[in-house]
Amino acid sequence: MLTALTACSGGTSRAGDAEGGTPVRGGNLKFAISVDSGCIDPQQVGNNDALNIGRQLVDSLTVQDLDGRIQPWLAQSWEVSPDARTFTFHLRDGATFSDGSPVDAAAVKANLDGIVALGAKASLGSTYLQGYTGTQAPDVRTAVVTFAQPSAQFLQATSTMSLGLLSVPTTSADPATRCEGTTLVGSGPFTVGSYANGSKTVLERRAGYDWAPTGAKHQGEAYLDTITYEVVPEASVRTGSLQSQQIDATTGIASQDLPQFDGNGFWTQRRANPGIPYNFFPNESRPVFSDERVRQAFSKAVDRTTLASILNPGDVAVTSALSASTPSAPDDSADLALDVAGANRLLDEAGWVKGADGIRAKDGKELTVTVTFWQPTTAVLELVQQQERAVGIDLQLKQGTTAETTALQNSGDYDVLFYNLTRSDPDVLRTIFSTETRNVNHRAHSQVDDLLTQQAATTDPAARAQLVAQASQLLVEEAHSIPLIELSTVIAANDDVRDLQFEGSSRLWFHDAWKQA
Amino acid sequence: MTGYVTRRLGQAVVVLWAAYTVTFVVLYLLPSDPVEIMLAGGQGGEQSTVDPAQVAALRHEYGLDEPLPVQYVHALWRTLHLDFGRSIQNGAPVTSLIGDALPQTAVLAASALAVALVLGVGIAFLSTWVRRSWVRTLLLALPPLGVSLPTFWVGLLLVQVFSFRIPVFPALGNQGFATLVLPSVTLAVPVSASIAQVLARGLRTALAEPYVETARAKGASRARVHLRHAFRNATIPALTIVGVIVGNLLAGAVVVETVFSRVGIGRLTVTAVNGQDIPLVQGLVLLAAAVFVATNLVVDLLYPVVDPRIRVVGVPRRPRAVTRTLVGSAS
Repeated sequence: MLTALTACSGGTSRAGDAEGGTPVRGGNLKFAISVDSGCIDPQQVGNNDALNIGRQLVDSLTVQDLDGRIQPWLAQSWEVSPDARTFTFHLRDGATFSDGSPVDAAAVKANLDGIVALGAKASLGSTYLQGYTGTQAPDVRTAVVTFAQPSAQFLQATSTMSLGLLSVPTTSADPATRCEGTTLVGSGPFTVGSYANGSKTVLERRAGYDWAPTGAKHQGEAYLDTITYEVVPEASVRTGSLQSQQIDATTGIASQDLPQFDGNGFWTQRRANPGIPYNFFPNESRPVFSDERVRQAFSKAVDRTTLASILNPGDVAVTSALSASTPSAPDDSADLALDVAGANRLLDEAGWVKGADGIRAKDGKELTVTVTFWQPTTAVLELVQQQERAVGIDLQLKQGTTAETTALQNSGDYDVLFYNLTRSDPDVLRTIFSTETRNVNHRAHSQVDDLLTQQAATTDPAARAQLVAQASQLLVEEAHSIPLIELSTVIAANDDVRDLQFEGSSRLWFHDAWKQA
Repeated sequence: MTGYVTRRLGQAVVVLWAAYTVTFVVLYLLPSDPVEIMLAGGQGGEQSTVDPAQVAALRHEYGLDEPLPVQYVHALWRTLHLDFGRSIQNGAPVTSLIGDALPQTAVLAASALAVALVLGVGIAFLSTWVRRSWVRTLLLALPPLGVSLPTFWVGLLLVQVFSFRIPVFPALGNQGFATLVLPSVTLAVPVSASIAQVLARGLRTALAEPYVETARAKGASRARVHLRHAFRNATIPALTIVGVIVGNLLAGAVVVETVFSRVGIGRLTVTAVNGQDIPLVQGLVLLAAAVFVATNLVVDLLYPVVDPRIRVVGVPRRPRAVTRTLVGSAS
């Protein structure tokens, strides 16, 4: 894991004293989170804070290292059929759930069946299991998972907490009691001590835990006795609480406050979230965006290097339709460079003429587009607004609630959408862009869709990466995807906290973390 | 008296029903639906990629696909049987979510009220007691200041100074007396200001009344005149704003509980509204309406106790007149 961390220098930066020293057992780590979505069941939640809690409770069949490689965890080996429809996992011996029951093939079946039964409630897992036809257990240590269509992404999905394994009784328990932790039994390094809706979650070290994933810094039980997740909704209070040592660590420090935790008895560490970076998704059923030249101009007007300096110190410019920390993410930065002259030329060609106010117009209609969003990224979007204005595009920002934005998305009544999606597998492109899935652009079937479908059926990593690269390049070239900025997760902690680190999806891994006495 | 109370309880039912119905309509008029919000991970979540068919199945499970009037009748019928349903966000029963949060807010509100009474009564009393006019002016300037300071700002200021700079009190949580101090003071500021304002005016008016003159002429001490004669009369208008105070406490709890990371009805309301969690919002609205109705009823019943003249008007021969007097003075 250490080598993986240093190897991934583009994705991580480090200040202060996050690692080193001889681990000490014991202690309670107080970690502040921003929101409580009312649920800590890793199979049901979709919110980053809740996923960070759920990750500690469950183990997964596989683990994804920071370079994106899939490594053994509960499954010590696996085979994927050439058509990417059948996945055979060989489970390790000796792992148990905290109720004492074994982690066996029957449990794998119960979990995957259970997630499908949860349906939409398993908001992430149900997406990973689309086309799931069932699991066979030829023997107690072998689980054979089959899909109706090629699903190369499933291997990475098995490394997520969303498909993390719970004990068989849990899989059929009432989803609400699972949310509150009362019936939530996993095999992870921590168990649920207590959960109080809206205030705090206490996790306790699992005695006898001895099946940490490949790449973990140590085997055996976690070092910490307990982790207390405190819900602190107000950003300035999180900052003050960390500063005054009322909490030990958090991922919820506002970017403008981060510099004060760089040294001074604190450390910060950032990692870009893999998956789809913050993107503009133009609605191509709108006349203005049906013209590829307008979309391309829209993209060329963006100065991504300047944007990257806004959110978190250490952020770098986005380089493709995928965040750079996504496995097999290509580098399309040439197509994403600032090109004001090119943007102006394209808009001229498309017949949009600059008016007296600097805004272009065609047939008496101004080039005005509205982006609807709910994320706390107004500063970024205001800068984009200025950059677009420089080429004569009038970008209107409309910030709404999550509720309003979601409603608008579903109605299809939008010019431009803006969001990101964390997923450490390039198949996330298919989920968002393919005309057979979400079709965020409302566009007609094209070559991109064939490439996206092919990569889902390709098990050879190199061949798949090539297909992904082609798809990503097309998405960027034809400006279906207008990537703006990567979302990073930033841990800020005091120097007593050691070895608290990211896993492959940029969520946190507490098993190796310890606190200096 | 029994007839009066019965009538008031009847009115209470109408108020509760109206509050319930208005909230229902408003929530359903919103363009989004709670299932989509839940799937997006709520606040701090990301994009939902769930299959539309599965989303539809979930909406069906919550009965959100039925026609609006059917949903309304079902919801109302369940509510009448004291079944408030389950939260859409996490499936927990609404009663248990509210039950967990209510005691915390009650404790916070009670301690804030205690602080506010001490401050409010103290300021009102001093501002009419001291003889130096500049002190008087200064004291009388405090209530308008207290009302106009944003609770949010006061809370952040207090937590900065007394938790982050000088670590006297914890910034977070619900556990123990220490965590209650700063939130209570924050919540007490606007409440004490309204109490001081109304009470000071009442005292000034009462002190100018002829009976004070009489009391003085009879040789009553200044303290006796102030406390015994004027104060009792001045409490009548102050009693009238109890309903407003309870409202302030509930509304203030939303802000205070957020700033101080406390569990309570306020935070629960924020979460419920953000998530458009219809059953939970409905439960909270019913709770708030019930608290208001109960407060006003208690206040109305208290008038005759504080001021026997109110009771003398109607009881027992003209109960209707009683109603009018009581209702009139409450509004």
